[in-house]
Amino acid sequence: MWNAIQAIRRRLTTQVGRKAVIGIPYGWLLIFFLVPFLIVLKISFSNVVLAMPPVEPILTWGRDQVLQIRVNLSNYTFVFGDRLYVAAFVNSLRVAAVSTLLALLIGYPMAYGIARAQGAWRNILFLLVSLPFFTSFLLRVYAWIGLLGRGGPVNAILMHLGLIQEPIQLLQTDFAVYLGMVYSYLPFMVLPLYSAIEKLDLTLLEAAADLGCRPSKAFFAVTLPLTREGILAGCLLVFIPAVGEYVIPALLGGPDTLMIGRVVWDEFFANRDWPVASALAIVLLLILSVFVLLLQKVQAGEEEPS
Amino acid sequence: MRTGQSRFVRFMLVAGFAFLYLPIISMIIYSFNASRLVTVWDAAHSPTLAWYVELFSNDEILEAAQLSFRVAAISATGAVMLATLAAFALVRYRRFRARALFGLLVTAPMVLPEVITGLSLLLLFVALTQWIGWPAGRGATTITIAHVTFCLAYAVVVIQARLATVDRSLEEAAMDLGARPWKVFWVITLPLILPAIASAWMLSFILSWDDIVITSFVSGPGSTTLPQLVFSKVRLGVSPDINALATLLVGVVSVCVAIAGTVMMRTERRRARDAQIAMGAH
Amino acid sequence: MTQQMTETKPSHSEMPYVRIDHVTKRFGSFEAVNQVSLDIEKGEIFCLLGGSGCGKTTLLRMLAGFEEPTEGAIYIDGVDVTSVPPYERPVNMMFQSYALFPHMTVAQNVAFGLRQDGVSKSDALLKVREMLAMVQLEGYESRKPHQLSGGQRQRVALARALVKRPKLLLLDEPLGALDKKLRERTQFELVNLQEKLGVTFVIVTHDQEEAMTLASRLGVMQSGKILQVGSPTDIYEFPNSRYVADFIGSVNLFDGQLTVDEPDHCLIHCEALGLEVHIDHGVSSAPDALVTVALRPEKIRLSREQPAQVENCVQGWVTGVAYLGDSTRFLIQLDNGTQVQVTRPNIDRHDEHLAADERVWAFWEGNSPVVVAR
Repeated sequence: MWNAIQAIRRRLTTQVGRKAVIGIPYGWLLIFFLVPFLIVLKISFSNVVLAMPPVEPILTWGRDQVLQIRVNLSNYTFVFGDRLYVAAFVNSLRVAAVSTLLALLIGYPMAYGIARAQGAWRNILFLLVSLPFFTSFLLRVYAWIGLLGRGGPVNAILMHLGLIQEPIQLLQTDFAVYLGMVYSYLPFMVLPLYSAIEKLDLTLLEAAADLGCRPSKAFFAVTLPLTREGILAGCLLVFIPAVGEYVIPALLGGPDTLMIGRVVWDEFFANRDWPVASALAIVLLLILSVFVLLLQKVQAGEEEPS
Repeated sequence: MRTGQSRFVRFMLVAGFAFLYLPIISMIIYSFNASRLVTVWDAAHSPTLAWYVELFSNDEILEAAQLSFRVAAISATGAVMLATLAAFALVRYRRFRARALFGLLVTAPMVLPEVITGLSLLLLFVALTQWIGWPAGRGATTITIAHVTFCLAYAVVVIQARLATVDRSLEEAAMDLGARPWKVFWVITLPLILPAIASAWMLSFILSWDDIVITSFVSGPGSTTLPQLVFSKVRLGVSPDINALATLLVGVVSVCVAIAGTVMMRTERRRARDAQIAMGAH
Repeated sequence: MTQQMTETKPSHSEMPYVRIDHVTKRFGSFEAVNQVSLDIEKGEIFCLLGGSGCGKTTLLRMLAGFEEPTEGAIYIDGVDVTSVPPYERPVNMMFQSYALFPHMTVAQNVAFGLRQDGVSKSDALLKVREMLAMVQLEGYESRKPHQLSGGQRQRVALARALVKRPKLLLLDEPLGALDKKLRERTQFELVNLQEKLGVTFVIVTHDQEEAMTLASRLGVMQSGKILQVGSPTDIYEFPNSRYVADFIGSVNLFDGQLTVDEPDHCLIHCEALGLEVHIDHGVSSAPDALVTVALRPEKIRLSREQPAQVENCVQGWVTGVAYLGDSTRFLIQLDNGTQVQVTRPNIDRHDEHLAADERVWAFWEGNSPVVVAR
């Protein structure tokens, strides 16, 4: 009898402990992550009014105590009907894609060099690649404002070399945005590439050489295919945040650099059009979720024992 | 294959690191420049510490830095505590209801554009104020909540990776020797994942300290974090005291990383020595 | 020990020390352990032997309390411990990986269990010293696990599990991580220690040699069931099934049909051998039953000349010779193609050995083969 009571008590305490371990973080995420989304979704279906908050409720009690739901798709038709928004989406995807490609072209040889460096050098170079990640993102973007300015070092060097006669406009151009993107997200590209190349079994390359494959050919026949998942992971890790980037276009881009992160920001803060901002956010989320799912698939594939 | 690198790879390494570090170095150099025009080197009066002096006498900046530090410290602590629980749930309780949703919620903030996270949290706070009157206004509290939420994702990844490598039989052994589950966690599991908890805390601190987009959405008047202040200043152009600030931050981070690196190398060396002792111990 | 189970009195005195009563464990639809019943006596070394996935580890984990049986009950010293959690059981375990706490010293590891029971630091230290002396690890108190060799880690794990003087010590592949030489030495140390302390041991292993040398009794498991329980000699000499005969040591298996079954002898017609195998005892089986004859390689003798006996005698060619040092293994191919394995001890160094491609007679005693069900 005593044993039975003990067993029940024990089971209850373990149950409570287990529930708390799962429930506390779960609850936090539900309240501060999932519910906010649902609110964004809700607001994207409502109308702008002059009030605080500046939106019309979509759930109202009608005269006969009937719950009325007014779903308004006009924000979405507005978003897709307006050239400006569509252009912003297209431009964001283009800027992100080009930046990703550039980062890959620079990042792959770097990652290869680090992974194949000797002994202590490898650790030092690895640390040097990850170090910028720990220094302020904002300040690193800011550094380029000084460098690219009309009287800045870049213009000075170009003039010194005789490539240009007078200072050219570098800041507030698409060029500056690409530069900032590649610069900021390069470590995200290099790190997964590094781990993929580092894992590569060197005897495979020796086997290729033994079978008569030249090093340059072995790179395309062995190294590149075997690091495909690292390449994909690196590209997605750069591409996904680049699409929604706000700070880089805001600081380095010109007034005509349309990127969706900036448009959401402006709709929200400058135009105070919460429903349109919400609708834009939902569309952006849907576009990105395709790539996020792809990333998850790549990462799940990496975890599987080969 | 092991003999050296091709010239191309070597060139790309040098060029790549130059690309990564030249902007930072130029910021450091210009922080000692006397001229207010950032791009003009005033050789007559440089180097100077004038901008550092100005930085430390600027109450606005000091106040913002203080707020940022406080928010970052609290957010990192909160995020790490929640992340430890979440990682435990994900690694140790293989099956529970809505585990898939939980896994998705935990990692989603990492891949979500900050504008979306910021916007959604602001809308939540507005709605909460409407429904229950809390939070009364936006400020340090709402910023902290937002930061905990997005830092949580990174912290979970770090802690989860470590927890997964902790041999389950260690916990079972402790239980077998008479320790109750709660005690097992404190005396066995926690000490073993402590290094990961420390790195998760540091990572969260840095993410929170550095965040600008999410903060801008959820902060209110009267609560301006350091990145917000920097952002509003640099939008108007280059400002030499920001160079000084950047130099200080880079210096602090470098020192921290150097310390961490040395500690890591020393533990590795000690491990190698211990392994030798063990070899000779037969 | 602060175990609650002292509350309940052993209900019947005739109950064995450990009783596993119709225990089943399911993981989802997979049945890891299927209706196992087993009694273990006080002070014995009982070995659970089986291949990977046979359920032996799950059974051990149920004894430790890490898994709760889906059906059935487990009694230790007369007390039902079926759903008692591991931290309240008078049972300790030595893990396959040893599971030494890496952040604690040897002394802290060994003292851990005592400290959980509220033993004072000084008392614990005395017991730890005593225990470490017993496993010959004096002076290693302040070492960390990673500063120890594999054999030393194994002994720390043993000391840690024994210091609480459990009613039952569970050992999961206790020698699996040691190299061959160390393993042979440790086997005897383990048995000596067990005799000195009188603790009941339950050992799980997949290594039949380890099981044979350590166990006073052993149980062979397959697919969640116990096939046979007995002394090492019983299991080796009188396996009750084809699986057990094949699992323990090497064996020649020949399918056949019972033709004569008298109390003092029986005959089994084996197509593969091309003869009626004569066996010295009856099997009291159904007439014409389909059976298997199991014949150990070391029980077969070889000769160039035709032996005196007429029964249990076949002729063939030597097709393989493997010199193993203490013995030599021959592969004989009979004229109908059947392969027979024979092992002969190398007693005389100057013996004139059989070589490949020689024609030989292979023969055995009537009491050598064992008849098992097909």
